[in-house]
Amino acid sequence: MTATALTAAQAGLVACETCKLLSRPAHPEHPGHCPRCGAELEFRVVHSLQYTWALVIAAAICYIPANMLPVLTTTTFGSAESDTIMGGVVFLYTSGSWPLALIVLIASVMVPLGKLVALVYLLIVVQRGSVGDMRQRTRLYRMVEFIGRWSMLDVFVDTFTVALIQLQPLMSVEPGPGVLFFAAVVVLTMLAAESFDPRLIWDAGTGVERAHG
Amino acid sequence: MDPFPDPAMEAVACPDCDLLQEIPALPPGAQARCPRCGHVLARRPTDPIDLPLALTVTAAVVFIVANAMPLMAISAVGRHASTTILGGAYQMWVTGEQITAAIVAFCAVIAPGLYIFFMMTVLTAVRRPPAPHWVGEVLRWGLYMQPWSMYEVMLLGILVALIKIAELAMVDPGIGMYAVGALVILLPAIMVSFDAREVWQRVEWADDEMSSTHEGGDAIRAEAVR
Repeated sequence: MTATALTAAQAGLVACETCKLLSRPAHPEHPGHCPRCGAELEFRVVHSLQYTWALVIAAAICYIPANMLPVLTTTTFGSAESDTIMGGVVFLYTSGSWPLALIVLIASVMVPLGKLVALVYLLIVVQRGSVGDMRQRTRLYRMVEFIGRWSMLDVFVDTFTVALIQLQPLMSVEPGPGVLFFAAVVVLTMLAAESFDPRLIWDAGTGVERAHG
Repeated sequence: MDPFPDPAMEAVACPDCDLLQEIPALPPGAQARCPRCGHVLARRPTDPIDLPLALTVTAAVVFIVANAMPLMAISAVGRHASTTILGGAYQMWVTGEQITAAIVAFCAVIAPGLYIFFMMTVLTAVRRPPAPHWVGEVLRWGLYMQPWSMYEVMLLGILVALIKIAELAMVDPGIGMYAVGALVILLPAIMVSFDAREVWQRVEWADDEMSSTHEGGDAIRAEAVR
């Protein structure tokens, strides 16, 4: 190791996203394909910030109906009752299983919101070229990537509740429009996390041009 | 030709922070982390091909059971109902939430199924190196599927649904539920015991010329950085 740490981009090298092979492209503007696995090479994910912004904004828009619209409609002897996500949490809490209520609250309400806030924060610090606390920011990004899937919890809860409670005419449960928006929030935030390139966090101050921002 | 004449010292760039570094020779079971951002760059499982292959074959069998057998059954006021995983997605579909049904089917059946199938194909093919180039392509598809396969989330979702329903009716967990529980352990076990680097070293290069001129060629090659 030399005294100053060098990134692959600074050295004119590009690492394959798929197989991790390092290669030195002949034309830096058009890195071409990985000689080992044939995947397209890019120094940084192309248009990473635009894609991530677009997906984050779309997810934030869906987050509102996801929480306002009912996710489940229960019909008992002809009378219907609708529940939002928070309604489901309250139901679990009042029926005595507060640990489950807490799990659903964290997975369905706090995790998606936290992910959106974290991604917006990362996007802004990268765009401003901020240099502080890069290790922490990378850790934050990894956390967003790791916990993203857990928000799908409520979609599965609703699916299996609907599938089982089909005891017409006594009682039946139908999904509400909120489920679709909620599933959309989860999928969009997962895609946003995937399209964000964490190497951009470290590019501030290295002189690597952010031509892809 | 071996693209890495000295695999003991492999130059890589950290996928999270792009720092150039060399991966030292790792004792079995050890892993190497990026000194700057802490990303796990490499691990050396004791048995990177046969153990994950055995786990994958097991997972394939359990996957069939998990999808064919009922997850759970309820009985209330003399009526019975039971559901499978796909039955859940189907009910979502017929009650008017087609897109949600497709997302559930993808995360609960298609993605894990394809992941198991692709990994089984890759691990079987690389047992006798050099593996043909398409194996790398299949591995890439398999790694794409990995984040979308959500068995552990689904299991927790089923448990929450069970507890909610238990207020209203008698609930019996079915064989499918135990199979899902087994997959929650098997799928991460495949990921941990598997080493993608080992597979890539056994796969033929896409660009044959590059692979043969790699050691002497100057255009593209892995560079050792000190």
